[in-house]
Amino acid sequence: MAAREEILAALRRNAPRETPLPDLSRLGVRFADPVPQYAESLKSVGGACVIAPDRPAARRALSELAVHRVAKRVASLVPWIEQGSVELAALADPHELEGVDVAVLPGELAVAENGAVWVDGASLPHRALFVIAEHLVLVVDAGAVVNDMHEAYARLAGREVGYGLFISGPSKTADIEQALVIGAHGARSCTVILVG
Amino acid sequence: MLTIGLFIPCYIEQLYPQVGMATLRLLERHGVRAEYPEQQTCCGQPMANSGCSADAAPLAARFLRVFRGYEYVVAPSGSCVSMVRNHYDAFLEGKPGFDELRRSTYELCEFLVDVLKVGRIDGRFPHKVGLHHSCHGLRELRLASGSERRVPGFDKVRSLLQPLEGIELVELQRPDECCGFGGTFSVNEEAVSCMMGKDRIADHERAGAEIITGIDMSCLMHLDGLIRRERRSLRVMHVAEVLAQAEGA
Amino acid sequence: MTGVSHPEAAARFVADDARAHWHDQALWWVRKKRDVASSAVPDWEALRDAAAGIKAHTLSRIGDYLEEFERNATARGAKVWFARDAAEHNAVVHGILSERGVTRLVKSKSMLTEECHLNPYLEARGIEVTDTDLGERIVQLRHEPPSHIVLPAIHLKKEEIGELFHQRLGTEKGASDPKYLTEAARQHLRRRFLEAGAGLTGVNFAVAETGGVVVCTNEGNADMGTTLPPIHIACMGVEKLVPRRQDLAVFLRLLARSATGQPVTTYTTHFHGPRRAGELHIVVVDNGRSAQLGDKVFRRSLACIRCGACMNTCPVFRRSGGYSYGFIVPGPIGSILAPGRDASAYRTLPFASSLCGSCTDVCPVRIDLHHELLAMRQEIVRRGMLPAWKRAGMKLAGWVLRFGWLYRLAAWIARRAIPALPRGLLYSRWNSWGRQRELPPMPRETFRDLYRRHHGRP
Repeated sequence: MAAREEILAALRRNAPRETPLPDLSRLGVRFADPVPQYAESLKSVGGACVIAPDRPAARRALSELAVHRVAKRVASLVPWIEQGSVELAALADPHELEGVDVAVLPGELAVAENGAVWVDGASLPHRALFVIAEHLVLVVDAGAVVNDMHEAYARLAGREVGYGLFISGPSKTADIEQALVIGAHGARSCTVILVG
Repeated sequence: MLTIGLFIPCYIEQLYPQVGMATLRLLERHGVRAEYPEQQTCCGQPMANSGCSADAAPLAARFLRVFRGYEYVVAPSGSCVSMVRNHYDAFLEGKPGFDELRRSTYELCEFLVDVLKVGRIDGRFPHKVGLHHSCHGLRELRLASGSERRVPGFDKVRSLLQPLEGIELVELQRPDECCGFGGTFSVNEEAVSCMMGKDRIADHERAGAEIITGIDMSCLMHLDGLIRRERRSLRVMHVAEVLAQAEGA
Repeated sequence: MTGVSHPEAAARFVADDARAHWHDQALWWVRKKRDVASSAVPDWEALRDAAAGIKAHTLSRIGDYLEEFERNATARGAKVWFARDAAEHNAVVHGILSERGVTRLVKSKSMLTEECHLNPYLEARGIEVTDTDLGERIVQLRHEPPSHIVLPAIHLKKEEIGELFHQRLGTEKGASDPKYLTEAARQHLRRRFLEAGAGLTGVNFAVAETGGVVVCTNEGNADMGTTLPPIHIACMGVEKLVPRRQDLAVFLRLLARSATGQPVTTYTTHFHGPRRAGELHIVVVDNGRSAQLGDKVFRRSLACIRCGACMNTCPVFRRSGGYSYGFIVPGPIGSILAPGRDASAYRTLPFASSLCGSCTDVCPVRIDLHHELLAMRQEIVRRGMLPAWKRAGMKLAGWVLRFGWLYRLAAWIARRAIPALPRGLLYSRWNSWGRQRELPPMPRETFRDLYRRHHGRP
């Protein structure tokens, strides 16, 4: 393809003298206790954190959530916490997920500095689930709370690369006069249950 | 006795000579012999900042000729000193004496604090004062840490003013927003320039300042122009004038 | 004059004093949020150093990284396209859509596609394009460009948006509550997401090591647009490359904090290859970037991660608004990029700055913006684009200042003539300084006179 060759040639011709990649090893932040820091960060971005000492407590916490109590359609990818009422395996088309009230998804790790949870795409039969559901519940092992993004990527480094994302709190916008509105196109609320 | 070359910016030489005299008296009272080489004219900043480097080049060469050989060159101006330290290399790189000149040219407050190590100035200045942090002094010479960066806080100008007896340094809403002078910007973009200046003045007024001070008379000239047109009661004084008056009082 | 006159546009903006102050306050508030967020990061300055270093290294080996990216992305099932300029980019995107019979496209924010004027190109060929970022949708409905690269509708008041939505979306007349209006947009755009045949996004970062592209958003529109329709088109400038996944940590810790004061965006989505029964197309665009790479002075500004922090901190941008710059990327970075593309049309932009340097100090990738603005001024003078009378004025002043006696003579005359002139003449139209300011008082004696007296000389 002519465009490809021309672009590569121009980039190589015009590139500056090579400079080395900087050393990133001294970057990062360490919290005395990442778990409460995580909860605080999540709160600051409009989410809510529940710390459940064990699985039964986690199940109780989920069932007590206001959005869960009124939910008609719950889609769960964390069977031990709840089975859910939507048969995800049977759905052929993500468009059919429109109208899901609560999606319960597994998170691989949680990042204390910014309230984010890494959701692995491999756990999602339909990617759209995390964004089309009205409310989001993410279930994460309390031992999987890391300090910062450097640690997060270090943890993810060994794994197979595919679709995945960090989710930090509910969807939001401030595009109208800088007034923060929680719940834009994605989830209107985001609750993270840290278990263990 | 230490002898320094006194670099008096052209607009101070012509329009605000009392600022030059205050600088001179201040230095003399701190044991420095300040010599004013009369051949100096202008550092060339207005030309350079307009993109007309060719017109600034001879002025840079002249500056080097006039001030070469002084152990220190001191000026009551952040923007002019920044011109010499940060922008003269385009004209004078490699010329004999330039490296030494660049290393030895100081703005007044940093000279007092870093070279003379005066510590504190003893004096009385019982007034409410708003400190305007001129941009070149702040971000080019790093006379203070500034509001943008995450570095340990310091403020060389404030360190000289704060200990004066009776002074009250007022708290501004925007401690280091630009006043809008910017050299030819003040006429090229007159509308924005004046809105910026008026906003600075309003900030100082709201904070209760009687006097606005700073290390660059150009900023103060612009603010003073707005103040006098609107007949506001604020006054402007260069830091050199504040310190000299405080010491002399 | 031809081209964009920032001073004229800015003067009109400033003339509406209340509105100009409202705009200034709104953006200052965003700057302050950035200050709070960056204060919470103890290694903030070290992060900026690392970001600058990663970008510099990447640009120095960009050919290799682009090939590595292409190889890895293709291996994961993505189709990588190359476009030399805006026209090729638009043709590629249109080709992908038309070949698949797609007539409805949902877009999330991409400054690159604005730069290429993609929307009108597609619309002229029968494709319905819906900008789904709330701010972008608002300006799309108003047939306006965005006025800020991160906050597209920052120039609009909620009452104006309420009136717009009343007319176009059927909301209640007079309603201006942001929550109410956002909910209306949610319902209106949800239909579009569900009916779209393809979704188009920009790319915040493209990772050479994995062949992945990363999209950072808050609203969920990019994720709705890429998980519902089966076709995802991701458009990126070549400079979006970073070498490794771990490098993302540096940029992700800087980006949202710099842009809006959040610790991170709500969604940071990593795409590696298409979804099941779907397609991922990555369009890699040059459009002047390789040329900029070759410029020793201006190549550093290719590091820009489009956070908008420079705009929020710029006292001139806040008081003149994005439209005064006439370019899709306004503010300090735009005032370097625009004249880089067309020096003549945008020759006033580098002068729309007091060179205060605040932009340089907030830039997460340490672009020395105010130094590049000064360098761009030199470039404009070198090309003879400074108005003749300004050039002459500087030449004259420079010449007078070379001769001590001439400078003193000219100054002596000015100091006596100016106070002697009648006020009406002195403060006439030609005196720009004097429109809103008094001239400085003209003292009788100079410093030289006082200095001589001080030393007992006449």
